[in-house]
Amino acid sequence: MELSGGEIVVQSLKDEGVEFLFGYPGGAVLHLYDAIFHQEEVKHILVRHEQAAVHSADAYARSTGRPGVVLVTSGPGATNAVTGIATAHLDSIPMVIISGQVGTPVIGSDAFQEVDMVGITRPCVKHNFLVKNLADLAITMKKAFYVATTGRPGPVVVDIPKDITDPTIKIPYIYPKEISMRSYNPVVKGHSGQIKKAVDLLLTAKRPMIYAGGGVVLGNGSAELIEFSHLLNYPVTNTLMGLGGFPATDKQFIGMLGMHGTYEANMGMHESDVIIAIGARFDDRVTGVLAKFCPYAKIIHIDIDPSSISKTVKVDVPIVGQVTAVLKEMIALIKASDIKIDQTALEAWWNQVDKWRGIKCLEYDRDSKIIKPQYVIEQLYEVTKGDAYVTSDVGQHQMFAAQYYHFDKPRRWINSGGLGTMGFGLPAAIGVKLAHPDADVACVTGEASIQMCIQELATATQYRTPVKIINLNNQYMGMVRQWQEFSYESRYSQSYMETIPDFVKLAEAYGHVGMKIDKPEDVRPALEEAFAMKDRLVFMDIMTDRTENVYPMIEAGKAHNEMKLRVAPGTPINRELA
Amino acid sequence: MRHIISILMENEAGALSRVAGLFSARGYNIESLTVAPTEDVTLSRMTVVTSGSDEIIEQITKQLNKLIDVVKLIDLAEAVHVERELMLVKVKATESFRDEVKRLSEIFRGKIIDVTSTSYVIEMTGPSDKLDAFVGALDENAVIEIVRSGPMGISRGEKGLHL
Repeated sequence: MELSGGEIVVQSLKDEGVEFLFGYPGGAVLHLYDAIFHQEEVKHILVRHEQAAVHSADAYARSTGRPGVVLVTSGPGATNAVTGIATAHLDSIPMVIISGQVGTPVIGSDAFQEVDMVGITRPCVKHNFLVKNLADLAITMKKAFYVATTGRPGPVVVDIPKDITDPTIKIPYIYPKEISMRSYNPVVKGHSGQIKKAVDLLLTAKRPMIYAGGGVVLGNGSAELIEFSHLLNYPVTNTLMGLGGFPATDKQFIGMLGMHGTYEANMGMHESDVIIAIGARFDDRVTGVLAKFCPYAKIIHIDIDPSSISKTVKVDVPIVGQVTAVLKEMIALIKASDIKIDQTALEAWWNQVDKWRGIKCLEYDRDSKIIKPQYVIEQLYEVTKGDAYVTSDVGQHQMFAAQYYHFDKPRRWINSGGLGTMGFGLPAAIGVKLAHPDADVACVTGEASIQMCIQELATATQYRTPVKIINLNNQYMGMVRQWQEFSYESRYSQSYMETIPDFVKLAEAYGHVGMKIDKPEDVRPALEEAFAMKDRLVFMDIMTDRTENVYPMIEAGKAHNEMKLRVAPGTPINRELA
Repeated sequence: MRHIISILMENEAGALSRVAGLFSARGYNIESLTVAPTEDVTLSRMTVVTSGSDEIIEQITKQLNKLIDVVKLIDLAEAVHVERELMLVKVKATESFRDEVKRLSEIFRGKIIDVTSTSYVIEMTGPSDKLDAFVGALDENAVIEIVRSGPMGISRGEKGLHL
């Protein structure tokens, strides 16, 4: 089969089983778009801004485990994609981003719409390629998918000059089924000696903690984590990225940890004597100040990426390997071990954890006459029976969603954890809905974040992706305002927008349904009405308490046991415990 | 502490900037960097001299290993090795300088590889401190230009950094 460069790209996508290609055309990719025109297998989703193409494909990948694929043109198309690529990079999401480039003869001449895409994206991709010869195109596409999806996943950019896709030049198409690269050999199996050491340490722990992150979700290790945790009966906490990796409704689950983690999770970490970190990377939002992090604990760390180990927190038992494979080995060793867990110590530990739980750090004022954002998320959880895919933007609403929507399954919670990209939520919801057309998809957002990719309401119209937008509208950049309240004596510098659009009319202008809700008693019926409209995108503009803050909070320079707690009316807080 | 990291990597366009970019993005020091293809032209051998605490060096080697183009690397400072650096020095060779520089160069086992009526170019290899010593011994008014390669290293014994 003889194919042109443009056809080779499209055919390679078919060979990789790609369903959706998120993109936006332009000069340098016109040959490619012509090749797309002549086929129907790979469905192209035309976004309204390239950043959104990357977010949609990213969320498609997060919710399915399959790589997300993007096509953008050179120059501004490529640079617009960079925020999305960096978002995927920091959360280790498998993606292939194809960017057009000016023709090889003019590269480096400051040609029209030329940027050095390989140079620009180098620090925010797992790897990137510039295809200089047509003969290298098919193999490069194969390498891109291979690198993106194996080991610690990540985005891979393939930059293709226009002349490489010239429709008049055809070569035989050979797409390799398998590929190996001498310079890239991701590990799977962990070191047996280290695993044995870790198991012995775990079984002799008196105050153990299981701290599981996004690696469990990415590595499809949820079932193994559940079995492992149930076998030990140790408390489990999840990172923001790990939510859903362990069921939130399981009695062993003690909530998210970190800056806005629960009291019990953070205190548990602080007082623990043995911590096992599984597919988590000791992010600064998790650890608080490093000098005071987990002062009594011996730490076991399982991670697929050796550079994640002892990067910020020095660990005692490092295990480099794929979480699922390592957990399986650990489960077998625990079952076969002669060491008996000290049940008296474990019971005492659970009693302590339950005391911390008794503080009810997530309580809030339920009698408020103003809508509380927490209440909205709780109602969303009930109306969707805890089974929706929830995407979010970045800020207070993101934390409320993480705290109050109890994720029982992996890949249901879709948010930009590492980069914290405002504008992620709506395009992400569209990507998820395309992947799961029959599922409920909610985008929890705020009036500031949603405006960063609001143009995607048009994409949602075009492809009929009836997602529900839960806009927690407090007329502030809530998280910025909260920090300004705490750290800048309430000088709300530029965290307020005077002209917030009428979101109901805006939604209607794009052909969607808009709702404005400003009374607590209307929240539940409105949510029920919105989710009953299976084929309509509903934009729910929900006017929430302007002064609400996210608690608990570990402020800068503080440790896990130095949380700031909410003082809610009717909530007894035993300060002695804190 | 000073470390000398020897890297075997794909001889691809952009591979050098991946390494250089990694050092600048993560705030690591580079004291010197040399690179050239190996006997297998598809591979390059790079030598990076860096410094940092044990933790930082550990991170540097892990991050370098994570680069897709890096095939293998070793930290030569961890084992017995030899290091050599190449230096080219252009000096004034007029009147009193002419003989003195030639004598000094012979003492340090340098080679004069270019001669004009007013200048010499001296080629010298050796451990970096020997080159430093030679530069120190030269009259500073005599020096026109110095080019140094930065150190290259190789481990002692029969083991090598191969595929």
